[in-house]
Amino acid sequence: MAESSLPVLTAKDFASDQDVRWCPGCGDYAILAQVRKVMAKLGNRIEKTVFVSGIGCSSRFPYYMNTYGFHSIHGRAPAIATGVKIANPDLDVWMVTGDGDGLSIGGNHLMHILRRNVNIKILLFNNRIYGLTKGQYSPTSEEGKKTKSSPMGSIELPISPLSIALAAEASFVARTVDVDKDLASILERAGQHKGSAFVEIYQDCNIFNHKAFEYTTDKDTKEDHIIRLEHGKPLIFGKARNKGIRLHNHKPEIVELGKDGVKEDDLLFHDEKDESLAYLLSRFTHPEFPEPMGVFYKYDDDSYEDLLTKQVEDATKARGRGTIAALLNAGDTYTVG
Amino acid sequence: MAAGTSSVGDRKPTRDLSSAVVRFAGDSGDGMQMAGTQFTDTSAIIGNDVATLPDFPAEIRAPAGTVAGVSGFQINFASTDIHTPGDRVNALIAMNPAAFKAHIEDVEAGGIVVVNDSEFDKVNLRKAGYAEGYNPLEDAKFTQQFKIFRVPITRLNAESLQSTGLGAKDVERCKNMFALGMIYWLYDRPLDTTIGYLEDYFGKKKKLPQVAEANVKALKAGFFFGETTEMFPVRFHIARAAITPGKYRKITGNEAMAIGLITAANLANKNLIYCSYPITPASDILHTLAAMRNYGVKTFQAEDEIAAVCSAIGAAFAGQLGATGTSGPGLALKSEALGLAVMTELPLIVVNVQRGGPSTGLPTKTEQSDLLQAMFGRNGDCPLVIIAPHGPADCFDAAIEAVRIAFRHMVPVIIMSDGYIANGAEPWRIPDAAGFEAIEVNHKIDPETYEVYRRNEDLARPWAIPGTPGLQHRIGGLEKQDVTGNVSYDSANHQKMTNLRRAKVEKVADHIPAIECLGDPAGDLLVLGWGGTYGSIVTAVENVRKSGRKVSGAHLRYLSPMPKNLGEVLKRFKKVLIPELNMGQLRLLIRGKFLVDARGLNKVQGKPFLVEEIEHAINLMLDDKWGPSESLEPQIASLGAEEAGG
Ligand code: SF4
Repeated sequence: MAESSLPVLTAKDFASDQDVRWCPGCGDYAILAQVRKVMAKLGNRIEKTVFVSGIGCSSRFPYYMNTYGFHSIHGRAPAIATGVKIANPDLDVWMVTGDGDGLSIGGNHLMHILRRNVNIKILLFNNRIYGLTKGQYSPTSEEGKKTKSSPMGSIELPISPLSIALAAEASFVARTVDVDKDLASILERAGQHKGSAFVEIYQDCNIFNHKAFEYTTDKDTKEDHIIRLEHGKPLIFGKARNKGIRLHNHKPEIVELGKDGVKEDDLLFHDEKDESLAYLLSRFTHPEFPEPMGVFYKYDDDSYEDLLTKQVEDATKARGRGTIAALLNAGDTYTVG
Repeated sequence: MAAGTSSVGDRKPTRDLSSAVVRFAGDSGDGMQMAGTQFTDTSAIIGNDVATLPDFPAEIRAPAGTVAGVSGFQINFASTDIHTPGDRVNALIAMNPAAFKAHIEDVEAGGIVVVNDSEFDKVNLRKAGYAEGYNPLEDAKFTQQFKIFRVPITRLNAESLQSTGLGAKDVERCKNMFALGMIYWLYDRPLDTTIGYLEDYFGKKKKLPQVAEANVKALKAGFFFGETTEMFPVRFHIARAAITPGKYRKITGNEAMAIGLITAANLANKNLIYCSYPITPASDILHTLAAMRNYGVKTFQAEDEIAAVCSAIGAAFAGQLGATGTSGPGLALKSEALGLAVMTELPLIVVNVQRGGPSTGLPTKTEQSDLLQAMFGRNGDCPLVIIAPHGPADCFDAAIEAVRIAFRHMVPVIIMSDGYIANGAEPWRIPDAAGFEAIEVNHKIDPETYEVYRRNEDLARPWAIPGTPGLQHRIGGLEKQDVTGNVSYDSANHQKMTNLRRAKVEKVADHIPAIECLGDPAGDLLVLGWGGTYGSIVTAVENVRKSGRKVSGAHLRYLSPMPKNLGEVLKRFKKVLIPELNMGQLRLLIRGKFLVDARGLNKVQGKPFLVEEIEHAINLMLDDKWGPSESLEPQIASLGAEEAGG
């Protein structure tokens, strides 16, 4: 049957029959709803889609999708997903992880799936806390954060998931927020990318870290605290769109358009192909700087599984498809009798 | 006339032997593994039965000339059926003082010791740790006990290659071939196999025809040296063995494992996805498979052991043959993921090539001490299938068997190889490629009745693979409700699923052969073993039986589940002896499961059992001289290289 004759799927088709069990008000609900919609919009097939996750609140995600799913063990989703994709490159593989799962216990695997450019979409729900284990600080929790395991305040520096992704040679790096209007379009772009697509999603943990990202969601003030990245466009932000980012002595600074003669052309322009710029943007943190949202970086390259499949094809072309007889009789053989 | 047929016109007497044990020993850079491998190939091709024991240092570049840097290769070759690389060395080739020091203790009294006299200078003697001014070659302790032949191999080799125009370094590298040539003469072997190899390897593969030529020249020079000098008073002849006619190749355990996995994938109409992290002594499986992409093999060198097993699990979930290989420390890292494979009931193959432990332990030395780790090294009640090949060639059959079981029963299978059988080689009669039974896999599942944990008569759940319309499902490490596979925290369900996972593994026993006794089915003593100790146990049992004593052997290939008749077999013997290269892991299982007073011969010295060690233990038990202890260690033949000598 040709793809075109398959029935058009809707978001509903991607919903499994399982009751969703996140806490009321959890940011995961909004993400789930958008992911289902985007799946339908991208024309993905439920039977060809696989959701792989590790452990944590976000990692319950596969149970709620009517696709194939694998809720694996803590931190190892990248490795499981890589195995799935290598074994069957035709599958559409998505991975859901969190700040603890992806950056702490599974940090090593995340780095390697990205550098290999396995064609898998990675959604990292960052709520800056351990939710499932009831509220300990995570690798993205801010310094000084008081939690059950850091009653006197965390003495650890948080890491930036995006800086890590870029350093690990990720070919698609983006950020968005659970309730933001751009979530769907960013997921869509991730879904269309050929290669590892890494999307950090700020996610509100309603129970243990409520309002951690309020500065990016508050209707009245959020546009002053985020910059929406657009390829080829100047870095302008603010509710009145009157602020911008300029480089001064190789350092970024916030300027006001019109003030002291600052024009749009003086600002930094976003370029998704510019890795250094992407890294610079990944270092912007609230409240010193507005936090960039959107696609930081995108680079098209061969995916790991395609290169691997090509080696199989090349070897088969050069030496012929191996048979059991050839396999057994290889090497130095000799006859007795 | 080729040197290989030079037996015509011999001026020296030839003595016939039924078997001989030769060991090449030298510095890691001296090419001893190559010399040993060549000697093995030649001996196999002329029709001897062979068994080998390579032994290399853990450090890739241990300081040259030191005992730590000594590399050895032992070959037992015979005109009869043999199962071990031999206890005592009949002829040792020691390329430097350190090699002499490390290996002399293993040479039989009156044995031949050929030393590279050029290297026995002050500096090298000091590096080997001998006292200033001492040379063991002048010590009556050694000269009276052994037939020591002092050949200035380095110098003679250099002289014979003078005209080649090669640099001094390249010339020196040929000295292993000079030594090999000499030993070929001593044991009446032809040169043509090795000449062919040298021309192919250096000439064609490495594109160094000059080096190939020099090596051939050195080989011949060594051979002619044996022939023309008066050095060796006699040479030896070992006739071809009465081997079953057929086409053969020499094979190591790791090679056999690799091609066994590919064959199994083929038989099941699957692609092999082999995911592994480099680790000694399992890496050669990865290397072998990585070079076989034209068989549809995809190898994945993962970032760590955990990623290796997890990607193999992912591949199994996606419907292919997911396999991973490792050694003890890696198996420890894979524990949690193995639990996931047990819980999700996916077919997964784990090859564990055991080495000396705990921790990093003895990476290049053999041991069987991961049995309990394989059995129990996971959280929760977590049964899986364990099978253990008993020799290098048997790794091929074990791999196929493991895949068959994994696919039929939807269960992870651990194959317990070890460093000894992984690196050891033996002749392998090549099976008929058309003679294998296909491995059945059923992916045709009716979406109407499909449920994730609806089991068949073997208690296996269906293997529904992503990409199939209508069979979308979710699996994971959380406990699942029986039949439906929905997440379930229900206590009765957990008990039921735990029972089912156990019963499923036990059901595998319906499909495995009963254990058979070597010798009589009942008697005074049963020697029970498993895995790579097979050769030494069989040989020891056969030897003792020749004296009319009522001892039998039995070897476990299936460790989980065990053959159904094992308990009954154990009962038929008055006593049970379990020799193991660990401190009694199978013994613990057997005592616990069958309540028999099994005794253990337990050795963890980085080496396989000597036949005589097992014979001694058998006789102690039969003579009622064992005493009260549950286990004994074999007497340490030598105190180890470091302490011995000088
Ligand atoms: S604990 Fe937090 S992250 Fe987890 S489900 Fe509840 S609200 Fe969501």
